[in-house]
Amino acid sequence: MAFHIPEDFYYTKDHEWAQVDENIVTVGITEFAQDQLGEVVYVDLPEEGQKVTQNQAFGVVESVKAVSDLYAPVSGTVIEVNSSLIDDPSSINDDPNNNGWLVRIEMDTEKELANLMRSPEYKKLIV
Amino acid sequence: MSESLKTPLYNEHLKLNARMVDFAGWNMPIQYTNLKDEHNSTRNHVGLFDVSHMGEIRFRGPSALPTLQWLTTNDVAKLNDGQAQYGLLPNDTGGLVDDLFIYCLKKDEDYLVCVNASNKDKDFEWMKSNNKFNASIHDESSLWGQIAIQGPKALELCDAIFDFPVSKMNRNEIKESEFQGYKIMVATTGYTGEAGCEVFVAAPGTEKLWQALLSHPLKPVPVGLGARDILRTEMKYSLYGHEIDDTTNPYEAGLGWAIKPTAKDFMSKNAILAVKEKGLNRKLIGFKMKERGIPRQGYQIKNSAGELLGVTTSGTHSITLDEPIGIAYVDAKFSSEGSEIYVDIRGKLTKAVVVKTPFVTK
Repeated sequence: MAFHIPEDFYYTKDHEWAQVDENIVTVGITEFAQDQLGEVVYVDLPEEGQKVTQNQAFGVVESVKAVSDLYAPVSGTVIEVNSSLIDDPSSINDDPNNNGWLVRIEMDTEKELANLMRSPEYKKLIV
Repeated sequence: MSESLKTPLYNEHLKLNARMVDFAGWNMPIQYTNLKDEHNSTRNHVGLFDVSHMGEIRFRGPSALPTLQWLTTNDVAKLNDGQAQYGLLPNDTGGLVDDLFIYCLKKDEDYLVCVNASNKDKDFEWMKSNNKFNASIHDESSLWGQIAIQGPKALELCDAIFDFPVSKMNRNEIKESEFQGYKIMVATTGYTGEAGCEVFVAAPGTEKLWQALLSHPLKPVPVGLGARDILRTEMKYSLYGHEIDDTTNPYEAGLGWAIKPTAKDFMSKNAILAVKEKGLNRKLIGFKMKERGIPRQGYQIKNSAGELLGVTTSGTHSITLDEPIGIAYVDAKFSSEGSEIYVDIRGKLTKAVVVKTPFVTK
């Protein structure tokens, strides 16, 4: 299956994507991740203002069959949460790279981006 | 994965692009296309399940019946030719080695016992070492493939495929026949709550039967273990390793209906009854969530003060009901319908309520 892996995103080994706009990082899970999970029926997201740490769990996404932790791609403060997912998480499956975004993080330091993958490297991880 | 056992349908699963996983040492399809579609096809149409990993143990000879009576809890003497019964295989401390189905092929002479794949070797050793009356006991697991055909259209499909009307059989019966020259045994049993049957087929004929079923104009849908687990959870059917294990008292598990202490003596009878007579401390219940969250196996059940009441044995998002459901052992004082309990979901006490089961009624 061919997954859409946008070139301008950063990626974690845990299959989150991070889109960086100056110091604001939008976070979601990749098309590959949603395909592996199957239909997402529940998300547990942090509150706005909550601190997150790179590579640490900040929330949970659950499909019918499995619970999967969400890992922060960067350290920082959650400034926005996609609250539409609470009642209807279906866009995580239908549109994971756009409307299925999870949180926006104000990152502490862009140095951490060096720990993330770019799309060619991430594509190698999921083949 | 490479060392896992393969059922006779392994290549069929690969042809269907199934996602394969190791389950109880077997390389099994967890999902073919989409969990929800597979589940709904079983509830609304007809699903096909490869259950060839299940174990088949044959009891033969004049002492087959007394031996099964000793080893298992239900009254096997009640079975006439062609009848089947759910039963339990106790260990010597009042817990359970396994749960099983006993099929009477010929009364007093020939019984087929179907056991869980994960327990088959353990069960077989246990049966042989507790073969009180010297029955002939053979592990026939490698001789049989097994396909479950389940759903409202299952019997129509079976009538079209087999050379006798399966739809005329009562529930919990078994009939021997042939399919394209291969020996089959069609049993009107299942693990989904739907009408249908489970077909034991001589292993070399399993592929042919699967293909014949799949290519039938009724278009049955292959269903993986993922949907199978949700289907059985919706019915609150016990799964070994979840609701029952070697420490489970079967009365606590709500399986007292499969224990016939007045009819006969059996392994650990006194130990099993003693727990009941003392009054059950914990009971297996079904619950639904009053607050957001999905219960999962191992999540603790607590009261509003955070004190431990029990543990979740199975939990999922029910596809039929489109809401989370759970099965748990709880303190007997909290086991009646309507009791408020809390599930510890990642440290958060999440409100739930004990409900009537099965969750899904047909």
